[in-house]
Amino acid sequence: MIYQLPAIVLLLTLLAAPICSMIRNGDIAWKLAVIAAWLSVAASMALMHQVWGGNEISYHMGGWPPPWGIEVRIDELSALVLILVTLFGSLVITVLRESLRTAMRSHRHSLYYTTFLLCMASLIGITITGDAFNVFVFLEISSLSTYALIARGRDRRALTAAFRYLIMGTIGATFILIAIGFMYMVTGTLNMADLAVRLPEHADNRVVQASFAFFIVGIALKIAIFPLHYWLPNAYTYAPKATTAFLAATATKVSLYVMIRFIFDVYGVEFSFKQMHIDALLLPLSVAGIFIASLIAVFQSDVKRLLAWSSVAQLGYMSLGIAMVNVAGLTATVTHMFNHAMIKAGLFLCLAAMIYRLNSSHIKDLAGIGRSMPLTTGAFAVLGAGLVGIPLTAGFVSKWYLINAALENGWVILAVMLIISSLMAVAYIGKIIDVAYFKPAPAQHKDVKEVATSILIPCWIFALLTIYFGIDTRLTAGVAGRVAETLLGVGL
Amino acid sequence: MNESILLLSTLIVPLAGGLLLSLQSSANTRDAISLVTASILFLLVLCIYPYVLNGDAPGIILAKPIEGVSFALQVEPLGLMFATIASGLWILTTIYGMGYMRGANEPNQTRFFFCFALSITAVMGIAFASNLLTLFVFYEMLTLATFPLVTHKGNEEARRGGRTYLGILLFTSIGFLLLATLWTYSLTGTLDFRAGGILADNVTPTTAIILLTLFAFGTGKAALMPFHRWLPAAMVAPTPVSALLHAVAVVKAGVFTILKISIYIFGIDLIAETGAGTIALWVATFTLTAASFIALTKDNLKARLAYSTVGQLSYVIVGAMLANAAGIIGAAMQIAMHAMGKITLFFCAGAIYIATKKTQISDMRGLGYKMPFTFAAFFIGSLSIIGLPPLGGSWAKWHLLMGSIDATQWIIVGALLLSSLLNIAYLIPVAARAFYAAPDSNGQPHGISEAPMLCVVPLCITAAGTILLFFFGDALNDFISLIPLRAPAQ
Repeated sequence: MIYQLPAIVLLLTLLAAPICSMIRNGDIAWKLAVIAAWLSVAASMALMHQVWGGNEISYHMGGWPPPWGIEVRIDELSALVLILVTLFGSLVITVLRESLRTAMRSHRHSLYYTTFLLCMASLIGITITGDAFNVFVFLEISSLSTYALIARGRDRRALTAAFRYLIMGTIGATFILIAIGFMYMVTGTLNMADLAVRLPEHADNRVVQASFAFFIVGIALKIAIFPLHYWLPNAYTYAPKATTAFLAATATKVSLYVMIRFIFDVYGVEFSFKQMHIDALLLPLSVAGIFIASLIAVFQSDVKRLLAWSSVAQLGYMSLGIAMVNVAGLTATVTHMFNHAMIKAGLFLCLAAMIYRLNSSHIKDLAGIGRSMPLTTGAFAVLGAGLVGIPLTAGFVSKWYLINAALENGWVILAVMLIISSLMAVAYIGKIIDVAYFKPAPAQHKDVKEVATSILIPCWIFALLTIYFGIDTRLTAGVAGRVAETLLGVGL
Repeated sequence: MNESILLLSTLIVPLAGGLLLSLQSSANTRDAISLVTASILFLLVLCIYPYVLNGDAPGIILAKPIEGVSFALQVEPLGLMFATIASGLWILTTIYGMGYMRGANEPNQTRFFFCFALSITAVMGIAFASNLLTLFVFYEMLTLATFPLVTHKGNEEARRGGRTYLGILLFTSIGFLLLATLWTYSLTGTLDFRAGGILADNVTPTTAIILLTLFAFGTGKAALMPFHRWLPAAMVAPTPVSALLHAVAVVKAGVFTILKISIYIFGIDLIAETGAGTIALWVATFTLTAASFIALTKDNLKARLAYSTVGQLSYVIVGAMLANAAGIIGAAMQIAMHAMGKITLFFCAGAIYIATKKTQISDMRGLGYKMPFTFAAFFIGSLSIIGLPPLGGSWAKWHLLMGSIDATQWIIVGALLLSSLLNIAYLIPVAARAFYAAPDSNGQPHGISEAPMLCVVPLCITAAGTILLFFFGDALNDFISLIPLRAPAQ
């Protein structure tokens, strides 16, 4: 049983999905989905327990040894991402029923749960697989299910948003496929560990270099690294309320995980940074992304869109950490990946609760909501503090490492710029808080009430986790620090 | 273990008291809880003295979020002195606040007292923080907890004042203070307050100057020009807030932070050797002179007192940057003496407002015979701020002058003397006019009509306090001398 855990964590959701599609009753399908999702959380935790301290698990699918068979490989980094995907996904799926009730006719519900589970399963698949081609396959499954999830938004513009994402996503996936094909052409293998061994001797091969270029552009599209973020704001804005929370938490983060895995493990630090100088590309793009997206966020009047732009900026922090090429920077990236997933999912969930009552996410309609929905707004404020990076919240820990990484490289100006960008986050979150607490409620929202407890609880779980991970950082920064040392090959 | 719990309870008591009083519906119970909480807190702080006098430094670690940096509390003499002032004056302010808030019929009194308790919690955290990160957390908490107090009136003016308040304080603290903190961490790998400082072997003179300047400007609560505008803006708050928070707790938290950084992060030897304090020293000297000139032009009593506070705060910064024993003692004393003096003046301003609704100094002619206790207290408080014996303020000014002479900074000696003359020019006329000028022609009936007793008694006590502090200056001096200025010999 324990030995089979790497397969079980994937199969739980992957098998629950088709069963859900066959159940007509939305409620039963929801219960099944919730059970499967939470069981996968337990499995991820168990896996984290097994690899804790720097161990690795290698599991051979069907008993075929690699490099012929498909290998599942789990280390602390993938276990952390697993927890991220399953835990935050499960929290969202728990409130999904309440959120769908008004949005969709009930006989469609089970299909929505199916898509959701499929998306979760594919993200789990990407995280645990040790096979480059599998990464592509799961990436495609996740993209296809994400298009479907986004397109279910009530606003007709959700369709164009999904279509845009479809075009960009397909280009990205094609590039990744080309990259993997090139690698296979040169080395004759698809196993990632095997690739890592064989690629260095072909470092001067133009085909390998081209594959690197294709890969970076393709995955950057998926992560929405500036300036390839074009699809993200619309997709987040028009996707159904609670779904945005799930997408914001997981989809881009898992893509980022793939990027880290390939840059550091498959292509290797030597090749990626010394030969291809990926840091020289990522650094200016990240900084530009942080500033431009933050600035745009400050001037948004739709809160959902504001948070979406903030996501683009925050992704800039994560890619910036990679570009620093030091342990503190990579620690910041991995920590922020987890922290931001949690914070942004929580924010979108609180916002979903507000939209549930107000039927609008325009900032004007949020006026006075601090009094009519004190618990939701309270959770929003705590999570907002986390996004800004107030000490004793999770956001502070990741920013701390990031700024330290800049100072470690002697880039005082970059540290100053990061602090300025934090002030911009203060501006756009402060704008919402100011309206929510200090403006009188408009007449049509006089009788707005607090949402049901079943929605409030997950919102507050996110909020409390944000504080918890600001104080106890063994799971986040502790793991991230060890991962960073391993990936960069120091301290061994 | 016992002393750790004692230390932690100085944070828990005001917090719990605040939560408890926010649940009460009756105004009397609420105020009673407020008063009891304040008294318990003061006693708790006093209970810490024996440990410090024995040379102990009780501490407690609450969390360890980042390698090398913890969230922890530890007592040292300077912080204990600050905590004593804040908690002691909190009792008087609570009494005064009960009279004032009822007299002025202010709305949302429960929120007011709750935020007040929260602010005191933050002040205790600042006083007992064992490292820069902990201090930063409570520093920000204090900013946020006082914001609803500043905007208490809820009108457009209060909101505008609140925006300036929050804007400047958050901008400076995140923009400069946090940056300097991070920089210190990346240079030394720690943020602990240690005797003799932690930067000594880790910085070049240039870095030291930049860092200390960042710290000085980043501590926006110290109101160094050009980041002083929040303090006059905060005067839209009800007077008890101006009295305790914007004459004592918040602004003193600012200069306390700078003093603590000079002593325990840089170490006065490092500042003296590298001249790291040069920029901050001259900006502070400029501020204390310029603020006095601006105070002269203000007719609104609270605005004049606010600019006077801006000037007096810079005395502390000057003392810290002089980086010699006399300067540090002067700076620490100035924190105590100015707190006692300025709270008296603000209490008086509030009492005048309650009794007569007057806020402009030019309208206060002849009021002295109507409100003899208030104006007598105002006169005594003024003398203490100016620094004339036999009042407490004279000791602080004396040590600061000694410190500047020791450092052979003759220009600063001149500036301090000039500023004292200016203090006389803007403070004495207030009381003098009240007693010697003829009252306004629309002859109101003579006879005493003071503010409510709950307002008058506290201001008489603080006025008496300034006199007492003169005679106990020696004891205070001895206690401040316990501050370890250099690392203990190995």
